Amino acid sequence: MTDAPLPIASPRRPNLSRRRARRRAAERRFRWYGMAAIGFALLVLVVLIGGIVRTGYGAFLATEIGIDVAFEAETIDPAGTRAPATLSDANYRTVLRKALAGAFPQVTAQRDQQALMGMLSSSADFRLRGMVLDNPSVIGTTQRVWLKASADIDTLRKADDIAVATTAGAGALQLLADGATVTLRAGPGAFTGLFADLAARRPDAVTNGRATLGSHLPGYMVETADGGLLRLTSFTANEATGDILLAPEAAPAQWFTLIVSPPEGDRRIDDRELAWYRALDAQGRVRTVFNTTLFTSADSREPELAGVRGAVVGSLLTLVICLLLSFPLGVMAAVYLEEFAPKNRWTDLIEVNINNLAAVPSIVFGLLGLAVLLGFFGMPRSAPFAGGTVLALMTLPTIIIAARAALGAVPPSIREAAMGMGASPLQTVLHHVMPLALPGILTGTIIGMARALGETAPLLMIGMVAFIVDVPGGFTDPATVLPVQIYLWADAPERAFVEKTSAAILVLLAFLVVMNLAAVILRRRFERRW
Amino acid sequence: MSENAILRAGPSRVVAPVPIVSAAAQTQPHRVNIAASHVDVFYAAKQAIVDVSIDIGEHQVTAFIGPSGCGKSTFLRCLNRMNDTIPICRVTGRIAIDGEDIYDPGMDPVQLRARVGMVFQKPNPFPKAIYENVAYGPRIHGMIGNRAEADEIVERSLRAAALWDEVKDRLDEPGTSLSGGQQQRLCIARAIAVSPEVILMDEPCSALDPIATARIEELIDELRQNYTIIIVTHSMQQAARVSQRTAFFHLGVLVEAGDTETIFTNPRDGRTQDYITGRFG
Ligand SMILES: Nc1ncnc2c1ncn2[C@@H]1O[C@H](COP(=O)(O)OP(=O)(O)OP(=O)(O)O)[C@@H](O)[C@H]1O
Ligand SMILES: [Mg+2]
Repeated sequence: MTDAPLPIASPRRPNLSRRRARRRAAERRFRWYGMAAIGFALLVLVVLIGGIVRTGYGAFLATEIGIDVAFEAETIDPAGTRAPATLSDANYRTVLRKALAGAFPQVTAQRDQQALMGMLSSSADFRLRGMVLDNPSVIGTTQRVWLKASADIDTLRKADDIAVATTAGAGALQLLADGATVTLRAGPGAFTGLFADLAARRPDAVTNGRATLGSHLPGYMVETADGGLLRLTSFTANEATGDILLAPEAAPAQWFTLIVSPPEGDRRIDDRELAWYRALDAQGRVRTVFNTTLFTSADSREPELAGVRGAVVGSLLTLVICLLLSFPLGVMAAVYLEEFAPKNRWTDLIEVNINNLAAVPSIVFGLLGLAVLLGFFGMPRSAPFAGGTVLALMTLPTIIIAARAALGAVPPSIREAAMGMGASPLQTVLHHVMPLALPGILTGTIIGMARALGETAPLLMIGMVAFIVDVPGGFTDPATVLPVQIYLWADAPERAFVEKTSAAILVLLAFLVVMNLAAVILRRRFERRW
Repeated sequence: MSENAILRAGPSRVVAPVPIVSAAAQTQPHRVNIAASHVDVFYAAKQAIVDVSIDIGEHQVTAFIGPSGCGKSTFLRCLNRMNDTIPICRVTGRIAIDGEDIYDPGMDPVQLRARVGMVFQKPNPFPKAIYENVAYGPRIHGMIGNRAEADEIVERSLRAAALWDEVKDRLDEPGTSLSGGQQQRLCIARAIAVSPEVILMDEPCSALDPIATARIEELIDELRQNYTIIIVTHSMQQAARVSQRTAFFHLGVLVEAGDTETIFTNPRDGRTQDYITGRFG
């Protein structure tokens, strides 16, 4: 065009270096922004996961109590036939009650024995029956059996929020029993420490130098070296009266004062149960083990018996249906639209609608499922089949869009090469385009599946929110799914369900991580250069 | 002046298909292999090829030259109906290969493309093994029954494309791992593996260095013994080196076609003269 060279001479040189410095600074700044964004995202993730792990890890642990159980033949199988029906119908609660009576011979009152039973999970007698049925030769022997503790004991051990301050007592302790009440004497000023503590905390509990205790006040106790435990009901600085929780010897060699907070009225564990628990713990009869129940059982009203297996299996079955329906349909729709359909107003309309469908709130799909699948087609309620179908409808647009993008990203030169070789359009797609698009299609599918896995709202509409205690065995059995289980547990009033909720979230996250790992591995395997 | 007026003024209507004359080296006249008459191509409403008639001889190399955008590729792609894959493209007129109208409704474009192979401007091997690249065509056309036959076709094709010695120990490696020139020869091997009658090459050397170009040109010269070859090129030297006949396109019109020597030494049309001397384009 023009012969005159552009004037890029000396006057521009200094500018150039300044511009370069500015450009470099901008690039550095940009990199820094990016790193800050990633750092923030990671921080949020760590805080979130850290919080969930902190509340949830306890659910992966379970408390067990070791009881020496005598499997007496006269209780279980008086006739000695060892017939399975007899063994199965035997009264194992009696066996258990006797075993507990053996552990705490001083507990004689019916009510107290009932409370003692309450420290064990209500499944304890089933456990004993299971042992006998598995191996009838245990009859006639005495064994230490580790039984699941009740949720309250489990929480007591894990939460560790009952503070017990122990101080060694001075002077010889004299106990004068009068029925269930005991008078304690141990020289002048033996209880000054306790008295000062109570006077500082609750001055209103002290009148005329005497403290009167109750369930609204912290517990003040005396423990003896031989394992006796006395709960004080009133005391002065010099002497005290109390109830026997665990009977001590008449003249214990050593004693301790205990301050137990919070007050008994504010805990789910009363002083009696606390005393039993401390006694068992001191004998090494309480242990913490991995909570297999979490993974082997379905939902339950008893927190210590509730597990996620039902929800995990329900989620799996639902996802299988979702995948079987949405993947072939989605891929076929995408292949047709991208490779074969004429580009006209109709296909434009279809494309717009598919994109709209992807943005429809999921609950709308739930309503659709309720009206059409349950109402019109009469599919079973609460079942993975209906749930998976609804989720497939929801996932379909995601898969179609991802698959179309993946197909569109295959370079046209590959199609030309195949067509130029005399490959038919179908052969071109199947032999050349699909293998290259597959990683993208799979990624899109797994993203869609992950979204389906975390979906709650549409499933609530078709009744998958029910309380179901059985692990579903098939696609038409009533089931629940992980996110719904989380929702149910988060709503449960028992404190033990709090950690269960977090544990279920962790299981859901693990599920997601596994799915995403699968996506990465599949992508690596199918990825090819061109 | 409107475009059509220029086109009408052009000589394409006047000049009848140039009679086939043997190239200097040949003694026998060439049979007509491809006969195109009054071909028009439209992209939607835009006309890209205007009333082109040309005869292409068997076992010869014919070069299409012309400025960018004049329709060389478009016309070339008419010959194996690759334009069918572009929805907006419409072709009228008659193109016959061995007397058979390839736009006849009874003609299957998929089978036609097995008879008329194509090599593209950018090497585009399949992202599969070298072996698979070559064996793919024969396989989908049912030309091979067992592994031994496949091995034989692969070796023969790769030898014909002068690539065998370089790849015989790495047939399992992806075709995309070869150099650009090797990839282009692989594409040629892939094209000849299905034993076509005609090979269309659209600027096959434009992405290659001079040495790779020389090898491809040598190869074209050898392949001429068995195939009818049509090559689109922007290099006058290349057209002069490899072709026996040359056709010059301008604005969708076939301006002049004839023996390469004649076109380059004594063109009849002023536009041809201008183009080959580098005055426009
Ligand atoms: N797919 C298409 N859609 C619309 N118009 C097209 C298409 N392909 C080519 N054309 C038009 O047809 C005309 C001829 O194009 P063509 O590709 O045949 O030129 P060419 O001679 O091969 O050019 P070059 O030497 O640059 O490859 C051009 O004007 C181009 O814009
Ligand atoms: Mg071109």
